[in-house]
Amino acid sequence: MSNFYLNRRALLGLALTSALPASAVWAAGQPLPVVASFSILQDLTRQVGGDLVTVSALVGADGDAHVFEPTPQQARQLQQAKVLVANGLDFEGWLPRLKKAAGFQGQEIIASQGIAVRALPKGQGHDHGHDHGADKAGHDHAHDHGHGHHHGPNDPHAWQDVKNAIVYVRNIAKGLATADPANAARYSQQATQYIARLTALDASLRQRFAAVPAARRTVVSTHDAFGYFAQAYGLRFVPVRGLSTESEPSARDMGALVKQVREERIGAIFLENISDPRLLEQLSRETGAAIGGRLYSDALSPAGGPAATYIDMVETNAATLLKALQAG
Amino acid sequence: MMAELLWHPFVDYGFMRRALAGCLALSAGAAPLGTILLLRRMSLVGDAMSHAILPGAALGYLLFGLSLPAMTIGGLAAGMVVAMLSGVVTRYTALREDASFAGFYLISLALGVLLVSLRGSNVDLLHVLFGSVLALDDPTLYLTATIASLSMLGLALMYRPLLMECLDPGFLRLQGRMGSISHALFMLLLVLNLVGGFHSLGTLMAVALVVLPAASARFWLRGVGLQMALSTGIAMAGSVLGLLLSYHAGIAASAAITLSLGGLYLLSLCLGRLGSVRAQRHRPGNDSVSEPMGVSE
Repeated sequence: MSNFYLNRRALLGLALTSALPASAVWAAGQPLPVVASFSILQDLTRQVGGDLVTVSALVGADGDAHVFEPTPQQARQLQQAKVLVANGLDFEGWLPRLKKAAGFQGQEIIASQGIAVRALPKGQGHDHGHDHGADKAGHDHAHDHGHGHHHGPNDPHAWQDVKNAIVYVRNIAKGLATADPANAARYSQQATQYIARLTALDASLRQRFAAVPAARRTVVSTHDAFGYFAQAYGLRFVPVRGLSTESEPSARDMGALVKQVREERIGAIFLENISDPRLLEQLSRETGAAIGGRLYSDALSPAGGPAATYIDMVETNAATLLKALQAG
Repeated sequence: MMAELLWHPFVDYGFMRRALAGCLALSAGAAPLGTILLLRRMSLVGDAMSHAILPGAALGYLLFGLSLPAMTIGGLAAGMVVAMLSGVVTRYTALREDASFAGFYLISLALGVLLVSLRGSNVDLLHVLFGSVLALDDPTLYLTATIASLSMLGLALMYRPLLMECLDPGFLRLQGRMGSISHALFMLLLVLNLVGGFHSLGTLMAVALVVLPAASARFWLRGVGLQMALSTGIAMAGSVLGLLLSYHAGIAASAAITLSLGGLYLLSLCLGRLGSVRAQRHRPGNDSVSEPMGVSE
C-alpha cells in the first residue's frame, strides 16, 4: 500500500511507453539515440553528430512548438534517448512534464546556454490575456501564479541570429562529447566545419541587409519570432499577433496594426508557416501592403522543401525578405 | 463623444465593417432557427451538430487547405450524415433523440480530431476549431449572406409544419411524410447555419448565435414569430456589442461576441417579462417557464 504512489507512476509510464522493453540499451558502435525538441535543433544536432547519432524531433517540420501535445510514441522515444537537445529560455514549456512522464534519464543539452538573451519588448500589442502554451505545459513550470504574464521575460527564438546558432552548435558538440566520449574528437571536428559554414552565412547576411536603405527595413510578420534576426541584421519587425500563435487577436490589435501599416507605410507583410494566413490577407486587403511570402521561424519545412535545413531556412528567409524590401 | 466610440471603429476599418456584415447576416439566419430549436427542446442538439461538422471540415482542410468551398461542403456533408443517422436511430430504435445525437456527434468529433492529427500539424486543428471573424473575405461574406437568405426563405416555407411538429408531433406524423421532411429540412438549415458560423466564429462558438438569442427572447415575448424577430434583434445587438468590446477592450473577437450574447441572456433571465427570475418573484406559483411558449403564435 505504501507503494501506491510509485505504482501509479509506473502504470502511467507503462501506459505512455506502451509495451516495449523498458530502456533499450545503447551499445557502443551504434549511433547515439538523440531527441531534439523541435526540427531546427534536430538539424543542428545532425550537422554536428553526422552518422554518429540518430536524431528525432518531438515537434517535427512545419509544427509549432508553442502548442504541442506529446504522443505516447514520443514519450517512448524520449525514454530511450541518451541525449535530449532543448532550446531553453522557456520555449518548450511542455518539456519538463514530458521528461518526467517518460522517465528520461539521459543527458539534457540546453542549446541556448551562453547566448546574449534578448528581453521581450513590453506592451507591443500582446500585454494581455496571453499564455503561450504554458497552460498546456502543466504545472511543473513555475507558472502557477496566474498573472497575465505567463511568458518568461526573455525571447526564446535565439536561433534566428546565426551568431547564436554557432553557440548552439558549440553547446551541442560539447554535450554529445560528454554523452559519447569515445567520439569526442569527431564531434568537435564536425562542429568546427559546420561553424565555418555558419560564419560565412552570417557575414553574407550582414552584407546583403546593409545594402537595403534604412527607411525600407520595416516588415510586418505573423509571429514575433524574428527579434534576434532583426537585431542582428538591422531590420524592424512589427508583429501581427504577439508572440503566441494560440491566441486569437482582438479587434483592437487588428485596428492598431492597420493604423500602423498605413502610417508607417510598411511595404511588405509576411506569412509564416505556422500562423493563421487569413488575418494577413485581410490586413493586406485593407492596407494595400503586399504579402511578401513565407518566412520560416520555429520550424523547418519538410525534407525537399525550401527550408529543410537550418542553413537553407536562413537563406530562404533572407532571400524572401530582401526581395520584398527591395521591391517595396 | 459616446457616439464616436460606437461608430468610428466601423468607419475607420474595413475589417470591422466586414465582421459586422458577417455577424448581422449570421444573426438573421441563425437566431430564428434557435427559436424552433428551443421549442423542440433540442438546444443541446445544436451544440452536438456544431461538433459533428468537424470531420468534414477537417477533411476539406487537410485536402485543400483553408479553402472555403472544401471546408463548407465537407462540414455540410458531415453534419447531414450525423443528423440523418441520428434521425434514423431515433425513429427505429429505443434510443431517444438526445442520446442518439450524443452518440453520433462524439464519434464525429473524435473522427475529426483524428483526421487532423493524422495528417496535419497541431496548429491545423486550431484553424479548424477557431474561425476568424476579423478576417472575412468576399467569398466568405457571400457564403454567409447566401446561407442567411436560404435559411430565412426555408423557414418561411416550413413555418407551419415545423410549428405543428413542435407543438404536437403526433398530429403531423398522422398526416404522413410532411413531418419527417420538414424535420430533415430543418436539420439541413441548422447545419448550413452552423457551417456558415464556423467560418467566422469557429466550430466551438458558432452555435452561440443559434441558442443564446433565442433563449433570451423567450423571456420577453410569447408568440413564436415575435420571439424569432426579437431573437434576431438580440443576436444582432450582441454581435455589435461584442465587436465593439473586442475593439475597445482588446479581447478576442469571437469570445467577445459570445460573451455579449451570454450577457444579454443573463440580463433577460433576470429581468425578462415572462418566467424570468424577476417575474417569478412577483408572481409566486407562476409556472410559465415549464409551459410551452408560443402557443398563441
